[in-house]
Amino acid sequence: MEFALISLLNGVTYGLLLFMLSSGLTLIFSMMGILNFAHASFYMLGAYFAYQISTRIGFWPALLIAPVLVGIVGALIERYGIRKAHRYGHVAELLFTFGLAFLAIEVVQLVWGKAAVDYRVPASLSGTWFTLFSSSFPVYKGFMMAVSVGMLLTLYALLTFTRIGLIVQAALSRPDMVQALGHDVPRIFTLVFGGGSALAAIAGVIGGNAFVTEPGMADALGPIVFVVVVVGGLGSLTGAFIASLLIGILQTFMVGTDYSLVDFARSVGIQIHSAPALARLSLTQLAAIMPYVLMVAILIFRPRGLMGARET
Amino acid sequence: MTAPALRLLGVCKSFGRTEIVRDVDLSVPRGERHAIIGPNGAGKSTLFNLISARFPPSSGRIELNGDDITSLRAFEINRRGLSRSFQITNIFHNLTVFDNVRCAVLWSLGYRYSFWQRLSALADASDRADEVIQRIGLRRRRDTLASTLTYAEQRALEIGITLAGGAEVVLLDEPTAGMSRSETEEAVALIRRVTEGKTLVMVEHDMGVVFGLADRISVLVYGRIIATGTPDEIRANAAVQEAYLGTSRAHA
Amino acid sequence: MKAPPLLTASRLLSWGAYLALILVAPLFSRSGYWLSLLSQIAIMTVFALSFNLLLGQTGLLSFGHAVYYGLGAMITMHALIAVNHHVLPIPVTLLPLIGGLGGLFFGVLLGYVTTRRAGTTFAMISLGIGEMVAASSLMFPAFSGGEGGLSGNRVTGTGWLGITYGPQIQVYYLIALWGFACVVAMYALAQTPLGRIANAVRDNPERAEFIGYNPQVVRFLMVVLAGFFAGVAGGLTALNYEIVTSESLHAYTSGLVIMMAFVGGVGYFFGPILGALLITVLQMAVSSLTAAWLFYFGLLFLVVVLYAPGGVASVVVEHRRLWRAGVLGRLAPAYLLAAVPVLLVGAALVAVVEMVYRLMKEDAASAHLRVFGFTLDATRGLFWIAVAAAIAVGILLLRKVARTVSDERHRAYATLRQERT
Repeated sequence: MEFALISLLNGVTYGLLLFMLSSGLTLIFSMMGILNFAHASFYMLGAYFAYQISTRIGFWPALLIAPVLVGIVGALIERYGIRKAHRYGHVAELLFTFGLAFLAIEVVQLVWGKAAVDYRVPASLSGTWFTLFSSSFPVYKGFMMAVSVGMLLTLYALLTFTRIGLIVQAALSRPDMVQALGHDVPRIFTLVFGGGSALAAIAGVIGGNAFVTEPGMADALGPIVFVVVVVGGLGSLTGAFIASLLIGILQTFMVGTDYSLVDFARSVGIQIHSAPALARLSLTQLAAIMPYVLMVAILIFRPRGLMGARET
Repeated sequence: MTAPALRLLGVCKSFGRTEIVRDVDLSVPRGERHAIIGPNGAGKSTLFNLISARFPPSSGRIELNGDDITSLRAFEINRRGLSRSFQITNIFHNLTVFDNVRCAVLWSLGYRYSFWQRLSALADASDRADEVIQRIGLRRRRDTLASTLTYAEQRALEIGITLAGGAEVVLLDEPTAGMSRSETEEAVALIRRVTEGKTLVMVEHDMGVVFGLADRISVLVYGRIIATGTPDEIRANAAVQEAYLGTSRAHA
Repeated sequence: MKAPPLLTASRLLSWGAYLALILVAPLFSRSGYWLSLLSQIAIMTVFALSFNLLLGQTGLLSFGHAVYYGLGAMITMHALIAVNHHVLPIPVTLLPLIGGLGGLFFGVLLGYVTTRRAGTTFAMISLGIGEMVAASSLMFPAFSGGEGGLSGNRVTGTGWLGITYGPQIQVYYLIALWGFACVVAMYALAQTPLGRIANAVRDNPERAEFIGYNPQVVRFLMVVLAGFFAGVAGGLTALNYEIVTSESLHAYTSGLVIMMAFVGGVGYFFGPILGALLITVLQMAVSSLTAAWLFYFGLLFLVVVLYAPGGVASVVVEHRRLWRAGVLGRLAPAYLLAAVPVLLVGAALVAVVEMVYRLMKEDAASAHLRVFGFTLDATRGLFWIAVAAAIAVGILLLRKVARTVSDERHRAYATLRQERT
């Protein structure tokens, strides 16, 4: 019971983080038709920048400055890189962001080394928030949830209620018309891309110290974000939300459950002596590939994703 | 009585809450040249897309030679003998004219997904492709890349690809769009030549083309067919005049 | 009309020359390094060409192509081990075929799932599948060999005509001949109905449906065939190194083959052949010079994507056309002029990267460079100012020169067009 509740809370925290990343990716894709392979790299950069700033100045300034810095980097990349690659078609665009993701890891390794850096939770946010039976739920995880939810509500409000948000939504489907009305659509795209990168960076700032900050973090999270987007349905924010929470919670539960088919058999009284490798695998071990298996299942039974539009 | 080449029964299509095609009934007998005309936004291209299964109808039934094709996919319908061209030129731009047409004949000749036969050794495919290229007047451009053709040449190629597979029912979506007077005349002559004996359904805006080519005409307004008949009947139809001109010419 | 002959004189000449080159290449040097380089190039050629069956021919960008390569390698290794234990009476020479069949099998299995969508979604799915297979491989150590990998012995059974595959030269010829056969086969595939329809699906999948073809089936078949050839490449690698680890399945290997095909040029059949050659040579050469070689590779890749998306092959073809028309001579001075700022920026960048790397390793002692008798000390501010200045000046010059180069090219093409009419 306790395990279920704690895992649920942890899973929701992780899922919200996934949603912060996948929402940015979905927005950029919906607006600009670009699938940004380097999206998780902005997450990584956010964490590293925050680490650097928090060791010099402090965590709270880092929370503000790091995303802005990463947003600027993202905007520059869009302006001078992606815009150019766009002329050569989708494949070139995709490969550009792919190369970028690759390069980002190399740069990070060059500057900060291959080992994980000691990016710590600030003292003001460390400690236990509440205790459930005998497990403690840290304050920081609560902070993470608060920031995630706050960020996403702000984003929603921005898109729905502000003028710039409406322009962005219009540019989503009718960029030519919006440009004809006098708005600088290329600049809007730069803005959206920079914004999406900043969003990913915020996730990095708050996630990097809760989890680990190392060069492999982009590679660890990146593919899962893509799975979320495919499972949820390309272009659907609601779908991404559901898929993020689903995968976040499911994976957290699985990681904490050291139970295999052999164990299950034993519990119903069947003793298996030489079980095949598949049966001996515990859910903990399977947790790593669960998102991909889910993706394969979705592709077989519902290729457009949970909430995706049907491909005409 | 043989089944009509193409029949639509109560076909409707809505996108969200917007009704584009409303309850369309249409019957095209075999061998007829049928034109669909109507003001912009009437839903003509949508109707074509429904017939050729670019997307499915919201309700209704579509029959090809008496067989229900409503739920079939585009390639399945094509294999049953219905072929279409596109309003916006839809060719294989990185292939030569010859390869464009040759690809279009491969399935009808039964070569399917063969990866064990040398393409250039398939004489019937090459011969048929050359024949079609000759008929559409692109013999001089046989080995040029499709993306480097002029607009009119690309439109001719578009028609060539549509017909190469030997389909008996041909849908042409605004075949003379964007053409000059002389180009249009050539295109009309071409269409008349190559659709001899076939069933042709055409969407057109150019009234000269329509009245010169069509055996019967249907008028589509706001997704509904308001009149079907011979060119003379349509010309005299008051509802059609009102739809196009906004007034009824009650006095002759 | 009679079908054109299969073996024309020019065809025989070009393929014959290629075969001859492959056969005599080992004679250029006696070092073992040379032979292993050649073997690696041959293997990567097959791998890169198999990738291009998907991208260049069918328009499918796969981020997980290493899966077929790695699984083919593992299956071949298992077969080799079975031969070692006298369980499988198959000659070693035929083992790469087993790798191919393994790749084919997984192509069927995974291809069904991945080809349900196309375009960008396919790319993402291929990434996910690649990750899944890579992660799974560690869960089944009996199959993948776990952390240590799988090893076998290719010198096994009775040698036939003295061929035991002990010496590297024998292995090279095995790889080279298999490789040549695969290249010929993949070239032939492009000239079949499926090959041409795959091109049609690449150019316009919707139109392909309207000429009677199911694009999904076409894509599926191409994935299966690409899987076969990738599997053969995997089998060759298993025999070459006698060890296979799950590294062969990883995203890194998938990324490498993308780079080879793309840098070589995906629009031409010989593009990936060039790319495999270039990247393998660069990899072996540069990695021994600097630890930051992966960074340079990433940068090279980005430069190619932005400035030469057709790859080296398209640059070669384009300039051959210009040369034939006699206008290349006019471009040459512009290119030479452009080389100056490019070299300047490049050198400054290399200096920065190398120094940063050494500084970060806290190896301040080695953080200096000897250039033309001057010692550049990275711990001094002067170094950074100089480098920043070099880069700034270089970029400014580059902008100016780029304009000149582009003008000259326009002029050259205008002449080309005039001469054609």
